[in-house]
Amino acid sequence: MTGVFKLARNLLAVNHLVKHFPIKRGMFSRVVGRVHAVDGISFEVQEGQALGLVGESGCGKTTAGKTILKLIEPTAGTIRYNGDDITSYNRAQMKQYRQQMQIIFQDPFSSLNPRHSVGSIIAAALEIHHLVGPSEKEDRIADLLRKVGLSATVMRRYPHEFSGGQRQRIGIARALAVNPRLVIGDEPVSALDVSIQAQILNLLEDLQDEMGLTYILIAHDLSVIRHIANKIAVMYLGKIVEMASREELYHNPLHPYTRALLSAVPIPDPEHKRQRIILKGDVPSPINPPPGCRFHPRCPQRFEPCNKVMPKSKTVVEGHEVACLLYE
Amino acid sequence: MHYYESQTRRIWRRFLRHRLAVIGGCVVLLLLFMVVFANLLSPHDPLSLDTQRRFIPPLTNTSFVLGTDEMGRDLLSRLFYGGRISLVVGVAAMFATIVTGLLIGLIAGFYGGRVDNALMRFTDTMLCFPQVFLLLVLAAFITPTVISIALIIGLTSWMEVARIIRAQIQYIKEQDFIQAAFALGASESRIMFKELLPNAIAPVLVSATLNVANAVLMESYISFLGYGIQPPLASWGNMLTNAQSYFDLAPWLAILPGLMITLTVMSFNFLGDGLRDALDPRLRM
Amino acid sequence: MFQFIIKRLLQAIPMLIGVSIIGFAMMHLAPGGPLAVYTLNPTITAQDIERIKHVFGLDQPIYIQYFKWATGIFTGNWGNTFFGGRPVFDVILERMPATFLLMGSGMSVAILIGTLIGILGAVRRYSMFDYLATTGAMVALSFPTFWFGLMTIFIFSLKLSWLPSGGMFTLGEEEGILDLIKHLILPTVVLALVLVAQWSRYTRSSFLEVIHQDYIRTAKSKGLSAGRVLFRHAFPNAVSPLIALAGVQLPWLFSGALVTETIFGWPGMGRLFVDSLTMKEYPVLMGMIMITAIAVIVGNLLADVINALIDPRIRLE
Repeated sequence: MTGVFKLARNLLAVNHLVKHFPIKRGMFSRVVGRVHAVDGISFEVQEGQALGLVGESGCGKTTAGKTILKLIEPTAGTIRYNGDDITSYNRAQMKQYRQQMQIIFQDPFSSLNPRHSVGSIIAAALEIHHLVGPSEKEDRIADLLRKVGLSATVMRRYPHEFSGGQRQRIGIARALAVNPRLVIGDEPVSALDVSIQAQILNLLEDLQDEMGLTYILIAHDLSVIRHIANKIAVMYLGKIVEMASREELYHNPLHPYTRALLSAVPIPDPEHKRQRIILKGDVPSPINPPPGCRFHPRCPQRFEPCNKVMPKSKTVVEGHEVACLLYE
Repeated sequence: MHYYESQTRRIWRRFLRHRLAVIGGCVVLLLLFMVVFANLLSPHDPLSLDTQRRFIPPLTNTSFVLGTDEMGRDLLSRLFYGGRISLVVGVAAMFATIVTGLLIGLIAGFYGGRVDNALMRFTDTMLCFPQVFLLLVLAAFITPTVISIALIIGLTSWMEVARIIRAQIQYIKEQDFIQAAFALGASESRIMFKELLPNAIAPVLVSATLNVANAVLMESYISFLGYGIQPPLASWGNMLTNAQSYFDLAPWLAILPGLMITLTVMSFNFLGDGLRDALDPRLRM
Repeated sequence: MFQFIIKRLLQAIPMLIGVSIIGFAMMHLAPGGPLAVYTLNPTITAQDIERIKHVFGLDQPIYIQYFKWATGIFTGNWGNTFFGGRPVFDVILERMPATFLLMGSGMSVAILIGTLIGILGAVRRYSMFDYLATTGAMVALSFPTFWFGLMTIFIFSLKLSWLPSGGMFTLGEEEGILDLIKHLILPTVVLALVLVAQWSRYTRSSFLEVIHQDYIRTAKSKGLSAGRVLFRHAFPNAVSPLIALAGVQLPWLFSGALVTETIFGWPGMGRLFVDSLTMKEYPVLMGMIMITAIAVIVGNLLADVINALIDPRIRLE
C-alpha cells in the first residue's frame, strides 16, 4: 500500500487518536459508561527521532502505545505509518507492518514465555517472518543477544534464570530480531532498579544510533527519558497537554502540569533550591473526566473558564504546542 | 543455577510428601505393567473354559490360584486380561476427554466474546445431563467396541476439563508475552498452541489422572449392565454381570473384580490428588 | 431480590432450550432413527414404517418436529410408549415418587453425616480424625457404587440376613412404614456413600476457608464459646458454597440413583430407564433424560435463589 505522497520523514503520524473502553453491566451487557483512556491525541514522529510520551499512571499512555501498534483496536482517529493509513487494517494486512513496528514491555517478568528457552523466544520472531534459514538461525540469535549485551550461551536457558534487567535485554533482542524501524518502549525501565535503568537506557540509545531506529518511549518520569528523547509529549487523562522538543520543554515548560512534573525531577546540585509544585488531589477517573480542561481541578493556575472550556492545542513557538487556556 | 530444574524438583519433592499419592502412583505403575504384560502374567488362556472345573474357590488349587468362574475359566487370568481392557478403555477415554476439553477450552478462552459465550452455554447444558443416563443411551446406539466405548465416555466427560482450561487460558492471555506474540504478527493457531497451551498444561495433568479413574468407573458400570464391553471379551465390569446370581456358589466372582476396580480407581484418585497438591499447594487446605 | 429471581429465571430459559435441542438431536442420532424398534425389525414392511412415521409425525421437516416435540416436553405431553401406547409422562410419573424418596433420603443422610465429618475435620485439622476422614473420603469416592451395593447385599442380606436384598416392600405383606424403611436402608447407604465423601470434603474446605478469616478470630477473642463461633459466625458464611454444591451434585444424584435402583430392584425411574433400554423404548428414555436435565436446571435455580437469600452480596451484584 503506497500513499500518493509519502511524507518520507514522518515515520509515524497519529491524528486525533481515540480509544474508549465500554463498561458493561447487567445481564445483557448493557454499556453503562466508557473509560476515556485515549481521548484524541495527535503527533508525528520523524525517522530517527525519539519521542517521549510522559504522564502519570492512568493517563492513557500505555493504551496509546498499544493502540498505535494495533494491539488494541482504535475507536476513532487515524494512524499513519510511513504514509500508509493502517487504522482499520485487519490482522492479515497488518502482518507486514508488524515486522516494522515492535514493542518492549514494562514487566520483565511477564513479557517472556516461561516455557520457552530464550533462544526459542527470539527464534519465534525470526520464524514468523521467515527472516533466516534454519542454518543461520542460531547465528542470528547469537548476534542479537550479543548486541543487547548478553552472551550467546544465554540461548539455551530459561527466562526465570535471569534478573529483571537481563530479561529486558532479552525482550529488546526479541523486538530487534525482525529489524524494525519503529520501536515503542512501554515504560521499559520502570520495573527495574535505578542502577540497571541507566544501563538499559544507554543500551537503547546505542541501539538507536547503531540501527537507525525510531523510538516512542513511554514513561511516567521525565528524568528517565531526559537524555534519550528529542521530543516530549506530556499526557494527562487521555489528552496531550504539551508537546515540545526536549530543550524547549525543560527550559520553557508552559503547561502547569508540565511544570509540576518537572519540579519533581531531581537535580543533582545541592545549591539548587527546588520549588516542588505539589498537586492537590488525585488523578480523576477516566470514566468521568472533569468538564472543560481536564486538569483544572488540580491546577494551581486555574481561572474562570477552565472548568467549562476545553483548551485546544496551540503552537506557541515553532515546534512547541500547548493546550491551556492560559495561552489562548 | 538451574532454577527451572529445581522447580520441577520442588514439585517432585512436594509430591513425594504425600505418601498415599506415592503409593497410588506405584500401584498405577503396577497396573500399567499388568496391562502390557497380561499375557505373560496369566497362567491360563482367559477364554479357555471347561465346565468340569467350574466354581473352584480361590486359594484351594495351585493351578487356579484365584479360582474359576461359572464357565471354568481361570479368574486370575481373566482379571489380568479384563484389567487390560478396562484400563485401555479408561486411558483412551481420558485422551478423548482431554483432547475435546482442551480444544473447546482453548477456543473459548482465546476468542472470548460470543464464541466463548456459545461454547460455555453448550458446556453448561451438557453438564445438566447425568453422565450415566447419557452413556447408557449412547451405548445402546452404537456397536460396543473398546474404541467406541472409550469414545462415548470421553465425549460425556470433557466439560470440567474445558472449564479448567478456559479459566487458565483467560488468565494467561493477559500476560505480556502473549501480547508480544500478537505484536510479532504470530498466527492465532501459533499463539494458541505454542504460547498459551504449554502454560496451561499443569491442571490438565491432574484432570487427566482423575479422568482415568472416572472412565474406569463408567466403563465398569455400563459393562456390568451389558451395554459396554461384550463377552467373551472380559472387562472387570462385565465380569460382574452375573455375579449376583452366584452369590451362594461363588462369592469371590463378585468380590474380586470389584476389588480390582476399586483399587484402580483409588490409586488414580490418590495420584491425581497428590499431583494437584504438588503443582499448586495453594489450592489445597 | 425479586429482580434477582427474574434475572435468574431468564437465564434458565436458554439452558432449557439448549437441553431440549441436545435431547432432540440425540433422539434422531439413534441408528435406525427414533423408530429403531420398528425399522430394525425385519418383519415390518417399508409401507408400515411410512405409516408409523406419519402417525408419529416423523415425516415432517425437522424444525417442525423439534418445535412440536419441545412444546410437548414443556407441556407434559411426552408422547406415548411404543409398547402399550401409554402416555410416557404417566409412565415416568408413577415411578418418580420411589426415586425421589431414594434420592431424598440419600441426600439427607449424605448432608447430615458429610457436613458433620467435614466440620469436625476442619475444626480439628491434621488430627487423626481428620486424616482418617480425608483418606476415608477418597477411598469412598473410589468405590463403584454398583459393586458396593452388591457387597452390602452380600453381607447384610445374604450372610447376616439383617436387611432385605431388594425391592421396596416385602412381597405379599402389607406396605407399612417399617417395612419401607427396612428396604430403604441399604439403597440409601449405597447411594449416600459417594455423596457423603463429596460433602465432607467440600464442607471441610469451605469451613477451613472461613475459619481462618479475621472475623472468626475476633469472635473467638471476644470470648465466645466455640460452638457459638461455629454456628453463628462461621456457618452462615461457609454454607453458601455448600448450597451451590447441592445444585451441582444433582446430576450425580440421578446417576447414582439409577445405579442403586438397578442393583436393589428399586421400582423407580432408574429401573424404568434400564428396562426401556432393553426394549428400545425411546420415548421413555428421552422423557427421562429430559426430566433429569430439567430437574437439574430447576435445582440449580433454587440453589442460587436460596444462596441469594442468605448472602446479600449475591443478590446485590
